[in-house]
Amino acid sequence: MEKPFRRRDLLGIRGLTAAEITGILDTAETFSEISTREVKKVPALRGKTIINLFFESSTRTRTSFELAAKRLSADAVNISVSSSSLSKGETLLDTALNLDAMAPDCIVVRHGSAGVPHQLAKVSKAAIVNAGDGANEHPTQALLDAMTIREHKKHIDGLEIAIVGDILHSRVARSNIHLLTKMGAKVRVAGPGTLVPTDFAHLVENGLTVCPHIEDAIDGADVVMILRIQRERQDSAYFPTLREYSIHYGLTNERLDLAKKTPSSCTPAR
Amino acid sequence: MKLFIKNGHLIDPAASENTGMNVLIEDGKVAAWIKPNDDQPGDCEVFDAAGLLVAPGFIDMHVHLREPGQEHKETIASGCAAAVAGGWTSVCPMPNTHPVNDNAAITRYMIEQAERAGLANVFPIGAITKSSDGSELAEMGEMKAAGAVAVSDDGRPVPNAGIMRRAMQYARDFDLPVIDHCEDKSLSSGGVMHEGKISLLLGLKGMPALAEDIDAVRDIILAKETGSHIHIAHVSTKGAIEAVRRAKSEGINVTCEVTPHHFTLTDKIVEGYDTNTKMAPPLRGEEHLEAIIEGIKDGTIDAIATDHAPHHADEKALEYDRAPFGITGLETAIGLACNELVHKGVIDLVRLVELCSSNPAKIFNLTGRGTLAPGSIADVTIIDPELDWTYTNAESRSKSRNSPFDGWNFRGAAVTTIVGGKIVYKR
Repeated sequence: MEKPFRRRDLLGIRGLTAAEITGILDTAETFSEISTREVKKVPALRGKTIINLFFESSTRTRTSFELAAKRLSADAVNISVSSSSLSKGETLLDTALNLDAMAPDCIVVRHGSAGVPHQLAKVSKAAIVNAGDGANEHPTQALLDAMTIREHKKHIDGLEIAIVGDILHSRVARSNIHLLTKMGAKVRVAGPGTLVPTDFAHLVENGLTVCPHIEDAIDGADVVMILRIQRERQDSAYFPTLREYSIHYGLTNERLDLAKKTPSSCTPAR
Repeated sequence: MKLFIKNGHLIDPAASENTGMNVLIEDGKVAAWIKPNDDQPGDCEVFDAAGLLVAPGFIDMHVHLREPGQEHKETIASGCAAAVAGGWTSVCPMPNTHPVNDNAAITRYMIEQAERAGLANVFPIGAITKSSDGSELAEMGEMKAAGAVAVSDDGRPVPNAGIMRRAMQYARDFDLPVIDHCEDKSLSSGGVMHEGKISLLLGLKGMPALAEDIDAVRDIILAKETGSHIHIAHVSTKGAIEAVRRAKSEGINVTCEVTPHHFTLTDKIVEGYDTNTKMAPPLRGEEHLEAIIEGIKDGTIDAIATDHAPHHADEKALEYDRAPFGITGLETAIGLACNELVHKGVIDLVRLVELCSSNPAKIFNLTGRGTLAPGSIADVTIIDPELDWTYTNAESRSKSRNSPFDGWNFRGAAVTTIVGGKIVYKR
């Protein structure tokens, strides 16, 4: 069988084709059953070394990557860099070149600044997987969300999908918008004007609508995605209080009733 | 010592000259213009400028030479070496040194360091406020006496309109232009690139064009009221250019400059997150680039200045968010102006000389410069507008390597630079 994915790195969804995305999802589905076995291990990545390089704290994503590596028989090393590399007088480039010299096959990187995986990919011999970079992308989260949607709805194309909340600061929203529109879904986004810039409508060529009210986004949707408020990324107040936010933009049962009969609601991790 | 520049094409917009005049230089000054068929004066070194443009020395109104204080990025000597290699005979360093050039002693020190290097002329720009912190006026009169040609707080623009108004009223007494890096930081702080579709796409925080527009409009209103000369640094937005155009038509004393990177690149190049695409003001969108080209064409924009901002490689090898703003520019400016403006038919060579020499001299009141009329100082930039060459960061004379134009091919370059009658650079 021809390999659907021929790239070295997974930096984002934006540069992928629908065929590549489908290829990844199909492959992932064949592996998902491993986690239900008595002996949760296959030799697919035996002899490979994976470094999980996390510059931002993470529980779910880091554990997912670590378990995935172990269940596929790779050797995984976890590095959490709590303080920035610069505080030790080291540049990002130094860190990358030092790790690369240890000849890992893959570096999974999460960083609070957009573009770090792209910068590492330029200097590293290892394959770089983006596990979330600033407000740019979180491709594996979007792939996971797509798997969940396929599981519930059997397909993605033709679906109406609402994404509501803090769109501006969300890498999950960006990756999901790219993925879902590439796969033929229609995406509607909504949230306070301060967190959903009107320019967002031009983010992708087709399939994206910025709705003025959360109700417009949810009305008749097949899937509703709620994004949490990224307080840690907000340098100033984008809305007055969480109380007011939850009244006007929270997902209530009344609002969910606007969606199609059996909607799926995902709450992405980050 | 006499130097005779013959067979060249002399362009001197200040003297309305655009001919095949030969130029005789003696004792650091232009002694005479000699008609092509007249006798060559005896007893002089001869420079054959056949096929070349002979222009009054180019003056870069906006550079950062990092000395004193950040000599690991650049020194006045290395910056001047890069300047003359790029065809600039004079450079005007901004005051954001450490300590800030907010007093006559530092101004004098910068000029002395330039004299020691013996390459380009250095005309420092003094600070508007002490330490450029936006509160108390710096000693402008003393700095002017020491050789400063203008005042600016550059990257830390005076946020308080009341202090800016007072600065303009005070600078007027000393005939000092006030230069403003127009950026209302309440709108742009935390931003690392132009705010628009690309910043949303890349997940980087944007600096909206209106942060520049609002400050430019404020400054123009203050210039109108005070009668002072405001010079807008590195103009980059459609709104600011329109404001300057309107102000000029109303007779307000406003001038502005543009950088080569802003008339060449757009924010699209930030994709890939190369930190050598990060500068302030940021690279803007297509509509702004079009407005810049229009402003260069119709005369709204007065000058080309590089905003040469060297940074050490380790400082740029950081996350896009954390890397410092700024790129080098002294050695690529003429190449970019030839590629993007002259060869694309936006401007002719006369206008190029106006933008790089006669206008900057006029704006900073540099008497005897910006022209090669007999009696003026013999700063000469000799250009081959057809020379094909490639710029590489590795060969740069600057101490720093932070240019996004590494490996770019150019048609047009300075081939010889003469300062005070002395050849200081030959390609």
